[in-house]
Amino acid sequence: MVHAPTLTKAGTSDAPSAEPSRRRRGRRHRGEDLTKILFVLPAAAAMIALFGYPVVKNLLMSLQDYTLKTFFTGAAPFVGLDNYVAVVEHQLFSKAMVNTALFTIGSIVFQFVIGLALALFFNKRFALGGILRSLLLLPWLLPLIVSSATWRSILEQDSGILNRSLAWLGVIDEPVPWLNSPSFALIAVIGVNIWIGIPFNVTLLYSGLKEIPGELYEAGALDGATGWNAFRHITWPNLRAVASVLLMLGVVYTVKVLDVILGMTGGGPANATQTLATQSYERSFIDFKFGQGAALSNILIAISLVFAVLYLRGTRRAVDE
Amino acid sequence: MFSKRISAALAGATALSLALAACGDGGGSSSSSGDTVTSLSILDYYNNDPDKTLVQQGLDACASQLGITLQRETVPGDTLIQKVLQQASSKTLPDVLMLDNPDVQQIAATGALAPLNEMGLSGDGFAQGIVDAGSYDGKLYGLAPVTNTIALFYNTKILADEGVQPPKTWDELKAAAKKLTKPGRYGMAFNANATYEGSWQFLPPMWTNGGDETDLTSPQVAEALQLWVDLVQSGSASKSVINWTQGDVKDQFVAGKAAMMVNGPWNIPSLNETPQVKWEVVQFPVNKTGQTPIAPLGGEAWTVPLNKEQAKQQKAADFVKCLTSDENEMRWAKSRFTVPTRTALGPEHVKEVPSMKAFSEQVANARSRTGKLGDKWPDAAKVIYQAIQLALTGQATAQDAFKKASGG
Repeated sequence: MVHAPTLTKAGTSDAPSAEPSRRRRGRRHRGEDLTKILFVLPAAAAMIALFGYPVVKNLLMSLQDYTLKTFFTGAAPFVGLDNYVAVVEHQLFSKAMVNTALFTIGSIVFQFVIGLALALFFNKRFALGGILRSLLLLPWLLPLIVSSATWRSILEQDSGILNRSLAWLGVIDEPVPWLNSPSFALIAVIGVNIWIGIPFNVTLLYSGLKEIPGELYEAGALDGATGWNAFRHITWPNLRAVASVLLMLGVVYTVKVLDVILGMTGGGPANATQTLATQSYERSFIDFKFGQGAALSNILIAISLVFAVLYLRGTRRAVDE
Repeated sequence: MFSKRISAALAGATALSLALAACGDGGGSSSSSGDTVTSLSILDYYNNDPDKTLVQQGLDACASQLGITLQRETVPGDTLIQKVLQQASSKTLPDVLMLDNPDVQQIAATGALAPLNEMGLSGDGFAQGIVDAGSYDGKLYGLAPVTNTIALFYNTKILADEGVQPPKTWDELKAAAKKLTKPGRYGMAFNANATYEGSWQFLPPMWTNGGDETDLTSPQVAEALQLWVDLVQSGSASKSVINWTQGDVKDQFVAGKAAMMVNGPWNIPSLNETPQVKWEVVQFPVNKTGQTPIAPLGGEAWTVPLNKEQAKQQKAADFVKCLTSDENEMRWAKSRFTVPTRTALGPEHVKEVPSMKAFSEQVANARSRTGKLGDKWPDAAKVIYQAIQLALTGQATAQDAFKKASGG
């Protein structure tokens, strides 16, 4: 499909060429076409193997009764939309949807706001600014399973350092059941995910800020735009492109977060931190209902796709303007 | 012209090498389809020492007895099933496969395993629960040489200091746990997390009280859940039990933060590394006097995946037979703190390893998780751990939790 237009275009451009040189030029053109195809081929092959195949396979799997047995016998009867019906009607589906939404919105809003504040802060020059900014990257560099195990022990109810510190400061009387209470666990997990996401936000926003020419601020200052006004009329409009990429990537990354939740709560306590991603994992690798797991992950892909389309339309409008 | 010749040569060479490879392959299979099987491949999940080495000793002994060599692969426990699935779909399953005993029926149901009773093995002389766990549709697919279970560990020093006797009934357990609870220390620790491990730890109270996985909404099961709820709500056990693994439970016990714990004998080697912590083990207490403590059987079974080469499959079965011989059962029972599955070996084993006495008694009446429900056990186990989570987080009473967890 990708190659077809190139070929026809080359064919038509061949036709009006002068009679004597036709064969020679045709051959050269064909050679050029071949080169073009060869250039595209590795990328196309990689796309098909690494992206196309899994997506198609996942779509097919979600329409099949794909179980443990399938791995041994290869038999996976098609069951239509049964898997989708089963996952949507499951008692945890609505909870997982709400949790996914809360997790995504909560994470992104705070990651972005805190990230922007820190980026603005580091945009000012001060001693040790560079070192501090690179230290800020640490949460991002840690393997997620390490961070979640560490946070699990920090948030431990009885002996965790967070409760101990808060009690010592007199903020709390009773230890907070961060990971032990269904009403706190989601907040705790979102909090940790915010912590993990801040470096990414700071880094991108910081580089966005660095792109804004200093002259704009100088000119603005002459017109009296300083402080909040400078941010509102100079910084923010110039940062919008970066911010929209960041938010879109943020949604796509956060909707599917699995390791943080699995590492900290495993979806518990009492399913309080189940999201679509953890449910999909559970269906596939604990219940061995791979068809249902695939159905859930397709729903996740669809959600990501909606945001990707919104983003694309948004940027196109920006270009049109 | 020149390049054409090169490519022709290359093509020729490729064809030749393919043919050679095919020949080599054919030769290999024809030689091993004779009666000289010289090696077997093995997959298991004993990937950490000391178990890894101790298991190797038993495997090596059987290998030299059968005059074969082994290619053993070990993977982490939680990745074994995924590995088996990969190998199954690429038709590269090992000749001998170790499986956790509750998984045997699920894998046997897929038709991947060869029935051992058609290759000269039988379950005679083995504990009934072990045979149940290894059987599917009336055929024997896996045998465990040694088994384990869970019982009640207690810290002898703490109990002596507080003047508490090891509990025999649930009332005594609750009273003891309460008395042993002091600032910075809980009386009792167990694992109630939202995994199959949480369900496994709940089976001693559930089964001992006459509860059954075929009817999870029975009052007996609810009473057992009430025990867990009482222990947590009275503050005798940490609220964190809903997130703890069995490893976490052991860590609490070793650190002196729990005076008693439900756990298994596989912890003994690491408990022995901290000699200042003195401990003993008793069977899990009963609800009412007269009940028999019933715990779940743990441990792994050895199976033989179906093999096109009959001779190799037979050799693999012979190997499993050797692993489940008296000699190897005793070797592994002694070195790995497990219980031999041939019931006749029990008394001698306890004489040689007195610290395993309580476990040996507990195993005598133990049941396998898949004995009644077969490959439907995982569904029940899931309802069990979800009900425990609901009850311990106060989202349902012990009476309603199982109904709510099963979606009712």
